[in-house]
Amino acid sequence: MVDLKKGAAIVGIHEHVTRYAPDKSELQIQGESVIKALEDAGLAKKDVEGLFTASSSVRNSGMNLADYLNLYPKYVDNTTVGGGSFEFHLSHALTAIAAGRINCAVITYSSLARSGGVSVGTGGVARFGHPRLDPSPDSFEELYGLTTVGLYAMIAQRHMHLYGTTSEQLAEIAVAIRKHASMNPEAMFRDPITVDMVVNARVISSPLHLLDCCLISDGGGAVVVASPELARNCKQRPVWVLGVGEAIAHQGAGRRDLIYIAAKQSHEPAFAMAGVTHQDIDMAMIYDSFTITVLETLEDLGFCKKGEGGDFVSGGRLQIGGELPINTDGGGLSSNHPGMRGIFLLLEATRQLRHQFEGTPRQVENCQVALCHGTGGALGSRHSGGTVILGRD
Amino acid sequence: MADWNKPLPTISGETKPYWDSARRGQLMIQKCDSCAEYQFYPRGICANCWSNDIKWHQASGKGTVWTFTVTYQNRTPGFAEDVPYVLALVELEEGVRMFTNIVECEPRDVKIGMAVEVTFVQANDQISIPYFKPAG
Repeated sequence: MVDLKKGAAIVGIHEHVTRYAPDKSELQIQGESVIKALEDAGLAKKDVEGLFTASSSVRNSGMNLADYLNLYPKYVDNTTVGGGSFEFHLSHALTAIAAGRINCAVITYSSLARSGGVSVGTGGVARFGHPRLDPSPDSFEELYGLTTVGLYAMIAQRHMHLYGTTSEQLAEIAVAIRKHASMNPEAMFRDPITVDMVVNARVISSPLHLLDCCLISDGGGAVVVASPELARNCKQRPVWVLGVGEAIAHQGAGRRDLIYIAAKQSHEPAFAMAGVTHQDIDMAMIYDSFTITVLETLEDLGFCKKGEGGDFVSGGRLQIGGELPINTDGGGLSSNHPGMRGIFLLLEATRQLRHQFEGTPRQVENCQVALCHGTGGALGSRHSGGTVILGRD
Repeated sequence: MADWNKPLPTISGETKPYWDSARRGQLMIQKCDSCAEYQFYPRGICANCWSNDIKWHQASGKGTVWTFTVTYQNRTPGFAEDVPYVLALVELEEGVRMFTNIVECEPRDVKIGMAVEVTFVQANDQISIPYFKPAG
């Protein structure tokens, strides 16, 4: 295989910081984000050759985005595998750039889930309107009242049963991430919380409580990816793509053990490509749709053994200053979650690798290598996992 | 029956035997004659070896709760009024797992590993839906 390590770099980023934008359209948020991310890179509209986007709203496809921005991309990818789509996009952009098809790609996302009143986690099938169910798998699942949170809660229940994991341990994840949100002026929820507050909040779907669940916001962002040659001439120090890996995990015709998630498959090629070990990872951006998502992801990425996640996430290990700081922007649990949060993992990892917060408590000290893992879909039925390892020169 | 307000299945050629049998109170699952693996949900190929040698078998209807969640919030009509209800994955004796609700018991009494058996609820003239209840 062609060596893809450092075959492309993130050279521009922008987070559309709005958490509530009833006056904006999704395309407008994407457009504004793309323009700002290109400015950040020191690039222009004419440089954009690849266009990557995903949306939970079908109308907002790559075609509409190209039209809105009046772009004529020669490489288009609308891979849509839930919230982790953008880790897949970076993986694909790397491949397209390394193959010489394009020199520059933009990845962008937006959603108005909050102002649109979308019950992302608890809407059940009705959040898609009142669809005629597909013959399979929907007709064997949606009859029983599936919710997104419920499909994660089932895996949390199984984890507790097998390994003795506790609600208090899951709460440690929410507490650490809220602490990080308190350092992010853009985060939606910034007041500190305690383990007691998490475990005493109302149960949404047992064993997950309200504060085990991500919030719902509006928002969006964009990432500019460039070839090594182009990257070295950009305004910002390049953040190199060191390794990528992808996986889809599903029920395996009713036989697969769902306690193992897609991260188990996706992380191995990413680490191998990057040539790094777990000890080299200075910080991680772990998709935190729910606290259990983080615990399961850390286990299956190999940061600890299966079943030991409860101990691993405890004792401040995940906080800045701890052994493996995660979600230093406040994550989906406390900062923003417009429905598909994967792009924000790339944005914050890039900020940390640029040492953008130097001199403030939010900066992970001497951050050289960061890992992002996006999870999309649901652990209890089927989901995607995209692992990306990024590094600074 | 007329007021069934939950989602109903859409039936295709490959899943029709399942729903025809459900209407008669039988839980049918598929087994491959080539590789001898059971599978769920039913489909037109064997998901394991990709052969077409699929045969329908009546399942014993007995199984255990593999995992579950007590759902307290779901905005979908039909379920919104039903909370709290138990969403579960049941592992059938034949080894495959399926989504269901655990019914005819208190949500707080449901445990992983508990023995359950199938029971059918008629949604309309054409469709009955399999649920599971504590084994009697």
